[in-house]
Amino acid sequence: MTEKVIIKLQNLTRIYRVGVECICALDGINLQLRTNEYVAVMGPSGSGKSTLMNVLGCLDRATSGFYELDGQDTTKLNDAQLARIRNERIGFVFQSFELLGQLNALKNVEVPLIYSRDGWWSRRKRAKSVLERVGLSDRIKHKPNQLSGGEKQRIAIARALICNPSILLADEPTGNLDSKTSDDILGLFDQLHREGQTIILVTHEESVACHAKRIIRMRDGLIHSDLPIEQDPVFHFAAQDRPQEGKV
Amino acid sequence: MKSVLSLPISFFQLFYQSVYLALGQIWLNKTRSILTTIGIIIGVASVTAVIAALTGLEDKVLTQVESFGTNTIFISPRLPDKGPLRHASWWTIRFLPENFDGMLEHCPSVACFSRIGSVGRHTARFAERSVENVDVTGIEPAYNKIESRPVILGRTFSVIDDMQARQVCLIDPKLRDELRLDRDCIGQYILIGHYTFCIVGVIERRPQLNFGPDSQDYYEVFIPFRTIFKLGEPGIWAFAASKSPEVLEEAQAEIGFFLRRTRNVKPTQPDTFRVESLKSALERFNEIALVIKLVAGGVVGISLLVGGVGIMNIMLVSVSERTREIGLRKAVGAKKSAILTQFLIEAVVLCLTGGLVGVGVGQCLTLIIAGINPVLEKTHIPLWAIALSFGFAGCVGIFFGMFPAIKAARLDPIEALRHE
Repeated sequence: MTEKVIIKLQNLTRIYRVGVECICALDGINLQLRTNEYVAVMGPSGSGKSTLMNVLGCLDRATSGFYELDGQDTTKLNDAQLARIRNERIGFVFQSFELLGQLNALKNVEVPLIYSRDGWWSRRKRAKSVLERVGLSDRIKHKPNQLSGGEKQRIAIARALICNPSILLADEPTGNLDSKTSDDILGLFDQLHREGQTIILVTHEESVACHAKRIIRMRDGLIHSDLPIEQDPVFHFAAQDRPQEGKV
Repeated sequence: MKSVLSLPISFFQLFYQSVYLALGQIWLNKTRSILTTIGIIIGVASVTAVIAALTGLEDKVLTQVESFGTNTIFISPRLPDKGPLRHASWWTIRFLPENFDGMLEHCPSVACFSRIGSVGRHTARFAERSVENVDVTGIEPAYNKIESRPVILGRTFSVIDDMQARQVCLIDPKLRDELRLDRDCIGQYILIGHYTFCIVGVIERRPQLNFGPDSQDYYEVFIPFRTIFKLGEPGIWAFAASKSPEVLEEAQAEIGFFLRRTRNVKPTQPDTFRVESLKSALERFNEIALVIKLVAGGVVGISLLVGGVGIMNIMLVSVSERTREIGLRKAVGAKKSAILTQFLIEAVVLCLTGGLVGVGVGQCLTLIIAGINPVLEKTHIPLWAIALSFGFAGCVGIFFGMFPAIKAARLDPIEALRHE
């Protein structure tokens, strides 16, 4: 199984300057991701996982090192080009959903396409089809405040998917949800993974991370361990009992 | 071809989307938007109302001018500004009837003229009815040629009426009704002062340019110029018409020269009379109107400036309120320019909405002005004033919206998404 390499990080660092002090949030990351991988990034707070997410999502720039997304070196791009990459290649899912309160579900899902020149004309159609994909086609006229937390997150996921992104970046997507709804959302991620979506999930909950197929543990700006779930020390035993999802 | 069109297409998409969003935001914050734009509303409303009133006045004056004719010249006595006659009494510089003798022969550009004698107000009587405050004016036959006030019934004066100082008169229809004369009153006799006059014609009422409630309350009687001396010593002035509008100024100069001679004004002394055309009066009116317009423009400029500061303030509030939204939009691929355009257009749409409401309010004021004052019945807001107001409001939006929009565009998406 030789899937295409979609993300390649080489010796990536990110240093913040706070006054005279330098904080090294990422201290030389080397990482490769292939299409249709389902990765959970774990680590205690301050370990650099949020910074890694921001860099992977092209919201932030690496201080040094090399980041290649879809065969394109992103370290040399300007702001406008990065915005275009975010628009076309990356889907974000946030802990607090970040839906626009004044827009209904359909309009919220359309938002990325209004910044896309070619997607603009078909935004309504595509928004409808992607809402169907996340199972919310009966809620398209509702505003966020008329929806439950799980439904909001589904809309956010639909919005992330509307541009057919190369990677889906989810930052604690179940952090604001109860366990039942969390399971639903994680089930949706599993389904998307089966459909071929590459997913990177940032979480500190083992119960969330166990849905992924590969666990990256970070500590102090470095990758501490990077193993398939079967070999991860925490999941080692649990994984043997669990039926393999996605291979029904 | 695609690359040529891509820029306008993406601009159209951005523009459409921004206007859509802006209208949504304004609708969402209705109260706030109205309060914010009130400066602009007041500014635009007041300036459009002032311009509308001026337009109505101008229209009235122009109709008046047209009814008098563009080659009409007014000749009246005037005390000079300097020289020994500066403090002389009006009596010494009054016109005498013989001042005008031979004027047509000496002034080749003048087509005709009419001396006019005015003896103030008299009482007109018919049977048991009497009407006070009747303006009695003596005119020569040429008067009706110069001033376009047609006789609607009967005839004008003939040369013989004047030569023989006949006791005939033209009356205005309102006086006829007030005295309860017959509708066709030609040949009936009325008493003016102590003299009996035979009515030979009914003359159209003068189009009005007076303000105030009593403007309807005047009556006119015209009698031949020579007859007027029977009623008292008249104040004399004159109307003349040039042969064509082109030679109007020559005619004025000729009359001035002629009158200086007949009135024995020494070469070193200034004129003791005034020779004026409606053209010069119109120019003076236009100057005044321009000044009023400039003042109104200044007022609207200041109020739009104040309104603009309000717009800037509310846009800054809006940017900080919607920081997370901006962060999200940037995260899903909005470029700086897209955020900038969105907030700039929001400010402009806010201002234009204010301008629209302002024009509406101004229209209401205009209708009220036209309703209160019948003289300004033709008051309306000219299109250029509407366009100017909108243009100005739009510029204010761009100018004062720029700073908040730049602030929004420069936000760092990570910081913005973390903002509470």
